[in-house]
Amino acid sequence: MFVALRDIRFAKGRFALMGAVVTLITTLVVFLYGLTGGLASAASSAIAGLPADRIVFGAPAGAAPTVSFSNSTVSPAQAAAFAGAPGVVSARPLGLSMTRLTTSEAAATVSVLGTDAGLLPPLKSGAAPADGQLAVGSETAALYHLTPGRQVQVGPAKLTVSGITEQRSYSHAPTVWTTVPTWERLSGQNQPIALALSTSSGSDPGALDNAQGTKTVAVADSLTGINGFDAEQGSLQMIQGFLFVVSALVVGAFFTVWTVQRKPDIAVLKAVGASSGYLVRDALAQAAAVLVGGALLGGSAGAVGGVFASSSVPFDVSVPGVAVPVTVMVLLGLVGAVLAVRRITAVDPLAALGANR
Amino acid sequence: MTLSAVQTRTGLALREVTLTYPDGESRMTALDRVSLEVAPGEFTAVAGPSGSGKSSLLAVAATLLRPDSGQVLLDGQDAGALAESARTALRRERLGIVFQQSNLLASLTAVEQLLVLESVRGGRPRAARQRAEDLLASVGLDGSKQQRRPHQLSGGERQRVNIARALFGSPSVLLVDEPTSALDHERGGQIVDLLAEITRTHRTATVMVTHDRDLLGRVDRVLEMQDGRLR
Ligand SMILES: Nc1ncnc2c1ncn2[C@@H]1O[C@H](COP(=O)(O)OP(=O)(O)O)[C@@H](O)[C@H]1O
Ligand SMILES: [Mg+2]
Repeated sequence: MFVALRDIRFAKGRFALMGAVVTLITTLVVFLYGLTGGLASAASSAIAGLPADRIVFGAPAGAAPTVSFSNSTVSPAQAAAFAGAPGVVSARPLGLSMTRLTTSEAAATVSVLGTDAGLLPPLKSGAAPADGQLAVGSETAALYHLTPGRQVQVGPAKLTVSGITEQRSYSHAPTVWTTVPTWERLSGQNQPIALALSTSSGSDPGALDNAQGTKTVAVADSLTGINGFDAEQGSLQMIQGFLFVVSALVVGAFFTVWTVQRKPDIAVLKAVGASSGYLVRDALAQAAAVLVGGALLGGSAGAVGGVFASSSVPFDVSVPGVAVPVTVMVLLGLVGAVLAVRRITAVDPLAALGANR
Repeated sequence: MTLSAVQTRTGLALREVTLTYPDGESRMTALDRVSLEVAPGEFTAVAGPSGSGKSSLLAVAATLLRPDSGQVLLDGQDAGALAESARTALRRERLGIVFQQSNLLASLTAVEQLLVLESVRGGRPRAARQRAEDLLASVGLDGSKQQRRPHQLSGGERQRVNIARALFGSPSVLLVDEPTSALDHERGGQIVDLLAEITRTHRTATVMVTHDRDLLGRVDRVLEMQDGRLR
């Protein structure tokens, strides 16, 4: 690192510029990463957090089942067949719909999840809802001043708050939880739309699907069935991917130009006995210093910005949410730098002799 | 440097060295069966008109070009028999090169121009600092000038750093490429005097290539280069 560090100090302006680009792109990526995670939670945490391992989708008679919460419906016969199958610990019905929650002070769109008490998120206070009751998430409760015993209007029905659970959300609307019969009354439906399975080793969902005309997938894979989930996550991840690639290209271009400019120095160092290995290590250490410095700065800025933003937009602030983008930025940048400083090996020390530098 | 390395100092020898460059369809001969021996402590100048092959001779002696035939021996070691990495190591351990342009690194101070060689050798630059400062002082660059970067030094001062850098590895062979081309007459004379003194005190086998005939009075031996032949 002898030459590397002194070059950085000597050409401060240029390296600061490069570091600033890395910082800004990392800030943006960390921000997007948190936003992607936050939007994923807002779209799916009610499903993703279910204490179950598989989701069963059905279809009206004659239609083929697809992974889609809006198209699915499960008949009592199908539900009974899953519940009774070997290896199935539980097959709990899920009803899902969007509606309006109205209190004396405010109104908001909520997602209603009708299911058994067994699928309820951990309760913070109160009890699981019985028919005619609902449980709400803690943030929703705080926002609308809901406490157990209070009455609220949910769609066409007046329900009593029975308990407060951890906050969950579905399709960007906070989730409220109730029983299947109450959900049927609210939504005007007469059968659940999916089943949440807990299975043990002996289960064979494939065979059940064939027999019942259903489609069973892991909970994580069922999120695709939430309207817009893939498009939203996919486009955000694509932007992140592009930013990583842009960053690697910019870093590669910078170090290509830098290496070409340094050619006379490299020739002299080789002429006085520096090996290509020494020079490449030195140059990569320089790239690593710029990348790590820039990415750490950007990661911190993104995290701080995220904490502020999380009060107004869905944003996941987490250690991996910062560490992963920072690490990927550094590694991809190093790939760009390796491609650039490779040309050190081709510099001919003969160029150091003579007058034509 | 180890004792055995000191003991094997025999200087520089070129034996029947021929070098050709591609020239259209055929090849042109830049060095034609050149033989040369320079003993430790001997200051030899190679003079000759432009295009006579002086730079080619230096490049071959510096192991930067492989001759078509003939041998290049540094302390008795045949550079032609060595792989590229071994030639690099040989340059590091046996050879000092005083470049025509001082070829200093813009980001390094005068003393760091020497210390970088310690880093290249895998040593600890910090530990070599005193030696580097002493060496710079011995070529006439002392005090705060040692902490200056090349753009803050005069041409003559840069050339002194260039010489100190060539000496830093305690080389047995010192190759000097037109050391005065960027200097006025008086300063050029001082630099050649310095090289003569160094050759005596450091016991280097010194070869200086030049087209400046006024400087030749200060060397032990003058060889004339003409059309690739040495006389
Ligand atoms: N890389 C090269 N390719 C082709 N011819 C060269 C090359 N380098 C030098 N020459 C030729 O070799 C001859 C000797 O050149 P050089 O060693 O540079 O002489 P000097 O240093 O005495 O001026 C000249 O005719 C020159 O044109
Ligand atoms: Mg020449």
